[in-house]
Amino acid sequence: PTWLNTTNEIARIFTSILRAFVITQVASALGKMATVQDGPTDPESEKETKPDILSDGSANLPGLTSGALSTSPVTAPSTGTSKPEDQQTLLAVLQFLKRNNLTESVDILRREAGLSDEADDTQGAEAGGGGLGTGASVGAESGDANSLLSRVSIGTGASQNTVASTPAKGGEDQPDVSVVLSAYSQQGDPSLYQVYYSGLKKFIESVLDCHRAELSQVFYPLFVHMYLELVYNNYENEAKAFFEKFSGDQECYYQDDLRVLSGLTKKEHMKGNETLLDFRTSRFVLRISRDSYQLLKRHLQERQNNQIWNIIQEHLYIDIFDGMPRSKSQIDSMSGSLAGEARRDANKTKVFYGLLKEPEIEVPLDDEDEEAENEEGKPKKKKPKKDSMGSKSKKQDPNAPQQNRIPLPELKDSDKLDKIMYMKETTKRLRLSPETLPSICFYTFLNAYQGLTAVDFTDDSSLIAGGFADSTVRVWSVTPKKLRKVKSAADLSLIDKESDDVLERIMDEKTASELKIMYGHSGPVYGISFSPDRNYLLSSSEDGTVRLWSLQTFTCLVAYKGHNYPVWDTQFSPYGYYFVSGGHDRVARLWATDHYQPLRVFAGHLADVTCTRFHPNSNYMATGSADRTVRLWDALNGQCTRIFTGHKGPIHSLAFSPNGKYLASGSTDGRVLLWDLGHGLMIGELKGHTDTVYALKFSRDGEILASGSMDNTVRLWDAIRAFDDVETDDFTAATGHIHLSDNSQELLLGTYLTKSAPVIHVHFTRRNLLLAAGAYNP
Amino acid sequence: MTEAREERRFAEVSRDSVKLMAESAGVELSDDLAAMLAEDVCYRLREATQNSSQFMRHAKRRKLTVEDFNRALRWSNTEAICGYGSQDALPFRPLKEGEFFFVEDREVNLVELALATNIPKGCAETTVRVHVSYLDGKGNLEPQGTVPSAVQSLSDDLLKYYQQITRAILGEDPHLMKVALLDLQSNSKIAALLPYFVYVISGVKSVSHDLDQLNRLLHMVKSLVQNPYLYLGSYVRSLVSSVMYCILEPLAASINPLNDHWTLRDYAALLLSHIFWTHGDLVSGLYHQILLSLQKVLSDPVRPLCSHYGAVVGLHALGWKAVERVLYPHLPAYWANLQAVLDDYSVSNAQVKADGHKVYGAILVAVERLLKMKAMSLTPSSEGGAAALHKSAGGVMGFRESSPGLSPPPEPLSEPPLGIASHLQAGGAGCQWEEWTPVSLPAMYCELYSFFGDSLAVRFSTGPALGSAPPPGPLQSQEARKEPGSGAANLESTRKMPQLTANMNISPRQDGSPHTDPAPPSLAATATGRSLARSSSSSTSVPRSRSSSSRPGRSASQSRDIFPKARFPPPQAGPPAFSFVIGGRQMGRRCQGRRFQTSFTPTPPLGSLPPRAYAHKLPVIGRVSKPMRCWTCSHYSLYLPL
Repeated sequence: PTWLNTTNEIARIFTSILRAFVITQVASALGKMATVQDGPTDPESEKETKPDILSDGSANLPGLTSGALSTSPVTAPSTGTSKPEDQQTLLAVLQFLKRNNLTESVDILRREAGLSDEADDTQGAEAGGGGLGTGASVGAESGDANSLLSRVSIGTGASQNTVASTPAKGGEDQPDVSVVLSAYSQQGDPSLYQVYYSGLKKFIESVLDCHRAELSQVFYPLFVHMYLELVYNNYENEAKAFFEKFSGDQECYYQDDLRVLSGLTKKEHMKGNETLLDFRTSRFVLRISRDSYQLLKRHLQERQNNQIWNIIQEHLYIDIFDGMPRSKSQIDSMSGSLAGEARRDANKTKVFYGLLKEPEIEVPLDDEDEEAENEEGKPKKKKPKKDSMGSKSKKQDPNAPQQNRIPLPELKDSDKLDKIMYMKETTKRLRLSPETLPSICFYTFLNAYQGLTAVDFTDDSSLIAGGFADSTVRVWSVTPKKLRKVKSAADLSLIDKESDDVLERIMDEKTASELKIMYGHSGPVYGISFSPDRNYLLSSSEDGTVRLWSLQTFTCLVAYKGHNYPVWDTQFSPYGYYFVSGGHDRVARLWATDHYQPLRVFAGHLADVTCTRFHPNSNYMATGSADRTVRLWDALNGQCTRIFTGHKGPIHSLAFSPNGKYLASGSTDGRVLLWDLGHGLMIGELKGHTDTVYALKFSRDGEILASGSMDNTVRLWDAIRAFDDVETDDFTAATGHIHLSDNSQELLLGTYLTKSAPVIHVHFTRRNLLLAAGAYNP
Repeated sequence: MTEAREERRFAEVSRDSVKLMAESAGVELSDDLAAMLAEDVCYRLREATQNSSQFMRHAKRRKLTVEDFNRALRWSNTEAICGYGSQDALPFRPLKEGEFFFVEDREVNLVELALATNIPKGCAETTVRVHVSYLDGKGNLEPQGTVPSAVQSLSDDLLKYYQQITRAILGEDPHLMKVALLDLQSNSKIAALLPYFVYVISGVKSVSHDLDQLNRLLHMVKSLVQNPYLYLGSYVRSLVSSVMYCILEPLAASINPLNDHWTLRDYAALLLSHIFWTHGDLVSGLYHQILLSLQKVLSDPVRPLCSHYGAVVGLHALGWKAVERVLYPHLPAYWANLQAVLDDYSVSNAQVKADGHKVYGAILVAVERLLKMKAMSLTPSSEGGAAALHKSAGGVMGFRESSPGLSPPPEPLSEPPLGIASHLQAGGAGCQWEEWTPVSLPAMYCELYSFFGDSLAVRFSTGPALGSAPPPGPLQSQEARKEPGSGAANLESTRKMPQLTANMNISPRQDGSPHTDPAPPSLAATATGRSLARSSSSSTSVPRSRSSSSRPGRSASQSRDIFPKARFPPPQAGPPAFSFVIGGRQMGRRCQGRRFQTSFTPTPPLGSLPPRAYAHKLPVIGRVSKPMRCWTCSHYSLYLPL
């Protein structure tokens, strides 16, 4: 297919990866961007989202394997500003590149910088003019620029030297710590750290209740940074004492991180500790109301508490908002992620969450089917088809992306047939409601000694596939129809290709069996996904590859290499052809089946990407991560359009609602959170599970959310009510401060126990029968 | 102090261990170095453990395995540890003198292992099984995670019984089937299996192409229903829906005209009424539901004729009240459709037309009995009561079972019936259907006559003819009827005349048939005992009845004017009652105590009746069988509540 000029795309991505990598490394090395937060948050600053995206990248990614801004053509040029200070930065970068013999990149960077000179001139000037004074969430670019300026000019060549000296040592995946940590070099009296901290603590405890909750947010990041600073400066005992004294004050949902932190007592250990790198390199985002912030600022300035003030300025990003301070529960519901909350401006981009128009398919009136339908029961002779087709396809959803926003494969005849089948099934679908709950069938994997790690059903529920820890992928037929391979080439040549039943003839009856095992991976298979047309199967494995299997021949067709580290999850687009994968390398990748390299690389997560899901309209994909955030990525330009924080543990399951408006995510803490994609808001919290939620799925019409968990239960939730109950007035929509009513118990429609089998997959058939799957675990 | 805390929090590798290991590797370490190394090792171990937990999470396990740890080690470019992959717990042994713990690592004799004869059997194949099902999200009422109680108490014996029974019933051997059905009918210990049998029966939907299997399943229903030890409870609903399926659905088997699905429908209808009268009180509103669905089918012109047929026989089986309530008001609308089918003489329509005749016949039978029963209910209760008392020699119990056939309302069922008279009165009063205004008998007869013409009249008036000598009534009526027919100058009406007389000729002859060979509906008639005589006889008489009936509804007014005067006063006075008496006597004769066999309901023995009698009860259009049907019909109504 020539419709996607991918070679170009890949080339661009590659260079951009390189560039971004270099730039971000250098940038973060040079500038520990001291974003001054005290200025007013003028609404104008929100318009400067563009530079922010970049700074987001540079703030979050430095040193990542492939800190790729896959959108580079759009955003990257803005790095190369023409201001003298930036020129200096550029020079430093170029120097660095030259030293590493990356001549090509040097050329590219030169070219791009030169090209963008004029374009960015105005922008730079504007930012410089308005930015300096305004502060706050002022475009990070100007902030960057300024700090860079100061560093480069004042900080002498020292920092430049660090840059120069660091590079090779770190290699691809071991970004140099000294670069990252260099900011910790400035130090106060280690013995006073406890005093500083408890002073602040005392102050915050003494302020008015309404401010206390907000200001308490500062504790955790402050604590971590102070601890790390102590460790970094080799004050091991002070660090331990500090940790001992204050770790108990931290919110319980940071326990996991604290445990990691507590193990770390030596500067050497900080090297290679990814959690810490994340913490250091990304600025912890806090949302604080203006009043509270002013209070804090005044206090710190009065006390001349520079130590803390410096940390706040350098390592925290304080997102100031006007209005009522948030309550404790509001804060708690949104916090918990590795890097604090999402900035408000990170969720401002418009998301086209509507569904694509279904292609119109003429439904032939098939007598046989008609007959079958009549036998089934109600005489729905005349009406069903046209109605179900017409109502949906005529109107174009205002929130839907353009039909050709991303190119989608054309429907084959077999797809059309399948669509027709789907329509027919749809007419027989059970309307679910709290009164009519679905029946549940549990598929138990018996004798799965090797360990069942992933399960998927085909959309029509005819096949079930399991990925196993012994590297195999097994496909079972759930229907009486056996699985058959295509005949060998020699036999195929004998077949009359003109015959009507050629598709039947090419199948080898001798190979018919209920189960097919596919070998190829060299590590546990963690993710598995059927293509919508049931011809292919994807599997992602610990061996770092994603494999595409043919379900005609039951052989491996392609091994997509790129992740290099375990690939935790993969999923086909609902329209086929594309698929997304995410793994330990902290990036999600968008692939097309006929390209051996990814089309897009979505970088931004601070920890492993643990699960990936396509939006029903195929234009977006959601990723859940061990950094306890959910991100939504745009397939078109690779941007991160939504960041959802609130989970307190790694996210292991995601599900889009069938109408594309909502997203549900489940994590190791057993909670399921609901998100409104359009507004970028959390709109619900479903508490009930007592262990990791590994499976989520909305019913076909979106009335019911089914969740499957490690605690051996399937739970059903009233999705409609969960979405309806939320009051989203303009204020909450604008600020994102949502009151979540604790109504999980009312939303919980049922809890269904399995027989000692953790639920790792749930699936609604086209008629809304709920299928769940898991391995018997005695 | 901090050391102590550390120790509590993490496993520590002591510096001594480090030194020891270094020594074993031939390196001498200073204390400082060993301490630093130990600390670092601890940290690395913690890190690796933390990483390994990720693998555990993604493998969706709760147990951290050696494999997970090895993967984590591989991440950090460390060599993996080999030899600990076993699933079993590793024995960790202490060594006293050195305060030393180690994992026992026995040497394995490879030769022995290789030549060992007790090769472990391969583990069972990984399989997928569908297991726990929560139907409609229910099943949760029971303690969670446990199997439903019925399943729980399912012993091996029961399971075996279930398998044998189902195999026997659905198998080939008719004799075996009979035995199985009989046992199913009388076994007192199969309550736990009821859901399974009900489930099997609900399989009717999947064998709609196989009449034989459908029949067997229906027999299974019958056996279950008749088993006095079974409490069907809400399973009645499921059974009814299965039976209704057989009655109403355009079965796949009916595509082939050679398949006698009509018999199946008749049998199913009979079964339906049986279930309803015996177990109807288990499910509230069942009667209405059934009526409603029958009505729905009847009023759906899209449905094939065989469905309509099913609806009619179903109504018929539910008693004359049901016919009066549903079929009769619906008749004018339906008639037009049926007429269109019957009037189409094209070759392509032949099959449909034949079906149409079936429906026609069924309707005829139904309304005929409706008229009869209505007439009977209108007669002075003394007469009716006397007749009833005659009949109900079998006792109150017998009556209880038989009375609903006369007066359908299900409510009286629940209260102890006092006698047939009260029932008749209740039935005559229209009971619970206040909203429905009963049509007077004459009016009803008029209207029906406008549809059916002669064929109806014959039926109505032959009743009395049985008892008395050749009645004058019918002759009169024929004359009266001929007038409007010829007045309309209808071609068909002229053709009709000789046929009518032929009809008359036969009617006296029939008195032998019911008497000598009463034909109560035989539920026990097995699938094999069905005769096709009915269908063949119907084909011969088709033209006549069709033509007589084909008089369009609009000409009804014409006939109505004349008819009531000429026709009605005499029959209303005596004849219907008279016929009833005879019928009653007959019934009384037949309904001796011996008929009641089962322990809980004294039902007449079914198996003893000749199967062909069942065949006769089926609605047929032909004249030949008509009188007989007329009789079987009255039988039928009385026998219905078997």
